[in-house]
Amino acid sequence: MIRAEKIFKSFGEQEVLKDINLTFEAGKTNLIIGRSGAGKTVLLKILVGLYGPTSGIVWYDDVNFTSLDKKKVRDIRMSVGMLFQGTALFDSMTVEENIRFPMDMFTNKTHKEKLDRVNYCLERVNLTGVNQKYPSQLSGGMQKRAGIARAIVLQPTYLFCDEPNSGLDPKTSLVIDELIHDITQENNITTIINTHDMNSVMEIGDNIALLHDGYLAWEGNKEEVLTSNNEILQDFVFASPFLQKVRDLHS
Amino acid sequence: MNIKFIEHFGKFLIWMRLVFSKPEKMSMYWKETMRQMNDIGIGSLIIVMLISTFMGAVMAVQISYQLGGQLIPRYYVGYLVRDITIIELAPTITCLVLAGKVGSNMAAEIGGMRQKEHIDAMEIMGVNTSAFLVMPKIIAAVFVVPLLVSVAAIVSIMGAYIAAVPTGLFSGAEYIQGIRSYLETWNIFIMYVKAVVFGFILAAISCYQGYFVQGGSIELGKASTAAVVMSNIAILIADYLIAVLLTS
Repeated sequence: MIRAEKIFKSFGEQEVLKDINLTFEAGKTNLIIGRSGAGKTVLLKILVGLYGPTSGIVWYDDVNFTSLDKKKVRDIRMSVGMLFQGTALFDSMTVEENIRFPMDMFTNKTHKEKLDRVNYCLERVNLTGVNQKYPSQLSGGMQKRAGIARAIVLQPTYLFCDEPNSGLDPKTSLVIDELIHDITQENNITTIINTHDMNSVMEIGDNIALLHDGYLAWEGNKEEVLTSNNEILQDFVFASPFLQKVRDLHS
Repeated sequence: MNIKFIEHFGKFLIWMRLVFSKPEKMSMYWKETMRQMNDIGIGSLIIVMLISTFMGAVMAVQISYQLGGQLIPRYYVGYLVRDITIIELAPTITCLVLAGKVGSNMAAEIGGMRQKEHIDAMEIMGVNTSAFLVMPKIIAAVFVVPLLVSVAAIVSIMGAYIAAVPTGLFSGAEYIQGIRSYLETWNIFIMYVKAVVFGFILAAISCYQGYFVQGGSIELGKASTAAVVMSNIAILIADYLIAVLLTS
């Protein structure tokens, strides 16, 4: 479980996050949604420790993550996996080397053990036979899957995904969503996904937090999205005329 | 301007503590250091040899021209070429060239990693990116640059021979006599001190410029340029300080 407690964040005069209180549960896909500029990415980077909050605390289970020194932060990060918006796969390394990298860095496994684990992770994300390919030789969806394989290779307790569906077609997006959802449930991972993809919201949103202008505007789950009367949520979810028609038909 | 310089210098010193902290896994750092040694050493060998050849050739021709018609023995050309090469030109010119070639490459490589979120990805894995990305480069430069400077010195002295002996500026025997006269081993020591210091400077400053780059491709280009300019200025200042310290 990860908990954000009274998080404020400012860049100079600009206040980006204001009094964010959220709990992200283990074994569930926790979604942070909101329009561009709402503060989603900043919140995610604060949760993962790439930015420090101006004030407030981030708790990783019972550990006050915000007050830890760099060494202890690194210790915790060994139990963290992250899928970046642009995948952040190292382009000078093959897919196998990319996925093996965290094991090379932090474990004393034999080469065979590492290779077995790499192959298991690639199978898990349905991406076999690409071990010796470079990221540039893969499609966008395959790169995302390779990114997920790297994120889960050390069996993380916490998984962060920044816009996992950006740049993907709707069908591939669903595959990625399902994959993240299944991995989360199988391994009881605390997964936090930053997205503005409404398909993701409706498919895998176990817990959803809507940010608006730096505030937490709404909290709920995918069932409550359709029934909530929150105006900001309604504006965000049913922004397109097509979805408005779907809502009208539904009601 | 001065306050900004002091701010950068302070940030650089604090960052150096992170750069030289204990590696997470020695074998990974060793592998990376070897890769960097190959990139810096083998990758720069041809350009260093080419520049050194012409450096020696031009020196031989110009010294012969300046000493021509005077009562100075011709073998002095060899002696002067050797000492100027060892004390000044081999370490300084080689490192100024390397700052342009290797330094800009280091800044662009690390800056590109920053922009493509590779550094963030490594940080989230728990890697000390300052150490993993920078320490191998600095160690590689500190070991390989003196080797390149040695090559530069030898090739430069040979370049002078090739340029001047066949064209009749002086004889081969005179030149060999010159380069074997009045050898001060202290000068060779100065050359290696300069090479080590310049190697550290060019790698550390270039990596610093790349590591802290912010923005897009224009900023990355600026960081690469700043890496070369700052390294060159720092090398020339260090050159002067070493000269004062080791020759007074």
